[in-house]
Amino acid sequence: MKKILGIAGIFLVIVIATSILSPNFLTAYNIENLLRRTSLFGILSIGVGFVILTAGIDLSIGGVVCLSGILTPYLLNQMGWSATETVVFIVLMSVAIGVMQGGLVAYGRIQSFLVTLCGLLIFRGLARGVTMDQTQGFQGKFSELRWIGNGRISIPGVEGFALPAPVLSLIVIAILSMIFLNCTVWGRWMKAVGRSPSAARYSGIPVARLQILAYTICSLLAGFGGLLFVCDVGSAQPSDFGNFYELYAIAAAVLGGYRLSGGEGSVVGVVIGAAVMQVLRNAIVLISWLPDTAEFAVIGLVILIGVLADEFLRRYAANRARTQAKGT
Amino acid sequence: MDAAPILRCRGLGKRFAGVHALRSVDIDIYSGEVVAVVGANGAGKSTLMKILAGVLTPDSGEVFLSGQSVRFAGVRDAVRAGIALVHQELNLADNLDIAGNIALGREPNRFGFLDRKAMHTQAREWIERVGLDLSPASDVSTLSIGRRQMVEIAKALSLRAKVLILDEPTSSLSMGETSRLLMLIRTLANQGVAVVYITHRLNEVLDCADRAVVLRDGQRVAEFSRDQLARERLVGAMVGTIHESQRVELRSTNEKSQARLVVRGLQTQAHPKSTINLSVHKGEIVGLAGLVGAGRTEVLQSIFGVDRRIVGEVSLDGQIIAPSDPVVASRCGISMVPEDRQRDGLMLEDSVRINVSVVKIARDSIAGFIRRGAERTGVARMIDLMKIHPTLPERQVALFSGGNQQKVVLAKWLSTEPSVLLLDEPSRGVDVGARAEIHTLIRKAAHRGAAVLCSISDTEELLLLCDRIVVMREGRIEGEMNIADATEEAITRLAVVGGEDVASHSEAAA
Repeated sequence: MKKILGIAGIFLVIVIATSILSPNFLTAYNIENLLRRTSLFGILSIGVGFVILTAGIDLSIGGVVCLSGILTPYLLNQMGWSATETVVFIVLMSVAIGVMQGGLVAYGRIQSFLVTLCGLLIFRGLARGVTMDQTQGFQGKFSELRWIGNGRISIPGVEGFALPAPVLSLIVIAILSMIFLNCTVWGRWMKAVGRSPSAARYSGIPVARLQILAYTICSLLAGFGGLLFVCDVGSAQPSDFGNFYELYAIAAAVLGGYRLSGGEGSVVGVVIGAAVMQVLRNAIVLISWLPDTAEFAVIGLVILIGVLADEFLRRYAANRARTQAKGT
Repeated sequence: MDAAPILRCRGLGKRFAGVHALRSVDIDIYSGEVVAVVGANGAGKSTLMKILAGVLTPDSGEVFLSGQSVRFAGVRDAVRAGIALVHQELNLADNLDIAGNIALGREPNRFGFLDRKAMHTQAREWIERVGLDLSPASDVSTLSIGRRQMVEIAKALSLRAKVLILDEPTSSLSMGETSRLLMLIRTLANQGVAVVYITHRLNEVLDCADRAVVLRDGQRVAEFSRDQLARERLVGAMVGTIHESQRVELRSTNEKSQARLVVRGLQTQAHPKSTINLSVHKGEIVGLAGLVGAGRTEVLQSIFGVDRRIVGEVSLDGQIIAPSDPVVASRCGISMVPEDRQRDGLMLEDSVRINVSVVKIARDSIAGFIRRGAERTGVARMIDLMKIHPTLPERQVALFSGGNQQKVVLAKWLSTEPSVLLLDEPSRGVDVGARAEIHTLIRKAAHRGAAVLCSISDTEELLLLCDRIVVMREGRIEGEMNIADATEEAITRLAVVGGEDVASHSEAAA
């Protein structure tokens, strides 16, 4: 709870600062845009949160986003598949990717960093190879499918502002994730696996299966995210679609209170973390004296400050708890 | 011992968050003597030792070393002055070999490069002195807890300490290693080292101490010289009230009920050449005795399925359980309390509630959903039943004492009413009072019908708790005895010499 307040505070500070520094920030158009980007990246971040919870990491997200984002228009236009067939294929493919990567981590005992780093390269390579590096687009068709990414839901009585459709996906995914993590045995056990894999094993918890489940959820959300992204922008270039998205996702999760050592994190925190990331990127574009080219430097710096502040607070709290406990 | 004490403490006091951990303690330590410091957990023993070893600075009082007032700024300071502490928690670097650990921080070098040869030669001397039969190049990570402790003692010895402080050095050693260590302590004392020895095991105090100082609630409540030392006096001083009343006689009935747990043809990875057959009846407590490394832990792990590759079969109430996997074992009602509770038994950063309920929530769940109400009342019931103190379900487990942490691990399984309870050193690092409580809980579980199999290094404890004792040596079962026939000598002889040798000797005699 305290952690969520922390990240929410950072969020407010950045929002207030940017709205003072740029008159274009609090416009209906910009807010709508921010909501859309936050929802899309938030879905990826919620996904990677599951893997981080089990003390793993998934670097392949950008590759999966690319593969799914490229294949969606490719299957529709080049292969002539129907929208349903395409979506079912993307879902099955994402699940298969997650099961394979999770299996290599859980049963092959290979470090998740390595498995998913290879995944990142393989999936992007596949996307580029299949399409011969040609940009894939919807060519103005399939507007029903594209609605999930670029749709706008008008609010009765509100002019000039509409709710971006991906917000719906984010809300549904966030609620389901929260229910899973907080109310189910598997959710509780997934946290236990991240806290102490060996204690989990000695408690009869199916450690390997839960790890695979975490990677599967992550890849599924990455694949779904790729679908939403391409539906939003309309076309995708195999060489750079989804580049660095895994890092945005991981950064949002860490900002939102997930610990890379596993066992700790909340869905609400991750969503706010994703929002912080998007507002930051937006601020760099909007604030005239900040060069756009410095985007990565600014984001890196803010994340570092956030993580340092968090670590500092954690140590302070732990020390206090320990001193109090000594007395008893 | 008319000479001035090498170490003299006057009025030592230490407070943590307003609570006295230590109150005006006076203590004198002379060269060449073994002083036992005893007391229940939380009595202030560890605080006292940490002050002596420079880990903590006292709030009040003074420490004199060889007559000089000293105030250590840290452990290195104390070590330089000749005071070495062997810590209760093992402090070895897992990624180094034995020699590297012994020489850590003062590695011999030639022109700035590590002189591995000199390091190993020096290390070998100390390893041999503690009676370890290992190469200095052995990786510490491959050693059992018992052996690691020996390496730690070797390391402390290599510091050429004038005062050697041992904080529960035998809590995870087997009988053989314990007696070897006690002999070593004697030798060191005869060579003029002052040894301060903290322990829960009164037998060791009686065996080896020249003097015993008893702490309770941070105060020095009694001191006994060699000729005054007696078990009842020590226990009385430690607990204030006599604790023996807690020895609830719940020993199970002797009638032969059906075998609950049967292990046939079991071969463990550690000892692939020997085959284990054993059975535990309903309501029976069977103790596995033996030296460290006899393969007791491996037997328990194979039954629970943590040790993956297993030959042989395990059956429960006549049904064979396959394959070996803790998930399956746990679902069948087999439970295990591992030896290293901090690593394998607990999620230290989580609360008591999360730890206690982690298995039970699955049994109580509806369609995979946790029943919060059932969880909360279940945990509250277990805290009450197990006398976990303080009674705060949301408090982090890491902040509890060893005995209470062990109760949390036990509660996790006892709440599921398991049919088999496997216990690996159930009272390791647990004080006298909590140990008695844990024994009572184990007996109650057996009384309810559980088959209990526990690996215990302490012979005294085996005799106190078990109905039947199975002695292992080098991966084999050497023999077994009913509690009525069991004696410390018989167990030790089987564990050290083995059954066949004894038999052949007696045949030869006949």
